[in-house]
Amino acid sequence: MIRSELLQAVARDNPDLRAEEIDQLVSIFFDEISSRLAEGGRVELRGFGAFSTRERDARKGRNPRTGEAVSVPSKRVPYFKPGKEIRRSLNDGD
Amino acid sequence: MMRSVGTLTRADLAETVNRKMGFSRTESLEMVESVLRNMTEALERGENVKISGFGTFVLRDKRERIGRNPKTGVEVPITPRRVMTFRASQILKERIAKGS
Repeated sequence: MIRSELLQAVARDNPDLRAEEIDQLVSIFFDEISSRLAEGGRVELRGFGAFSTRERDARKGRNPRTGEAVSVPSKRVPYFKPGKEIRRSLNDGD
Repeated sequence: MMRSVGTLTRADLAETVNRKMGFSRTESLEMVESVLRNMTEALERGENVKISGFGTFVLRDKRERIGRNPKTGVEVPITPRRVMTFRASQILKERIAKGS
């Protein structure tokens, strides 16, 4: 499923909403999550999962083309942990 | 340093929909649920969900492997299962690394 297919699916559930409203809804949804993560916060959507960020330590890397050693600085990276309900429902049925 | 911010929930998302779009709180919450429900249903059907600019929820099928009960040390088979992972887009990774 890509974003446009998500918009169609949400539109079927909400026949009273205009296409622009569905688009705005979905934009708000992902923008708010992204912004909170960028601020260093957490996002918890019970049943679906939780987004957070983690600090990854600086490490020694290598330029894959030249093989030259480079130091990669520490940085924050996104992390997602699926919720219990979805972990279960992905394994029911088929 | 990074200031500490709270946890964003469905209620907060609904609050933003209410404020920016003018729907009632009840309607806004139902709209937020609708987005989540449709993503969940796609994943349950076995589809990956790819949102450009945000990231991709990727399903992975794990084979059976042998695990160990950490308390008793007894070996037990871990049944094959499907798991969901999230791969953030390059845009989201950069925003998080920059912290803005």
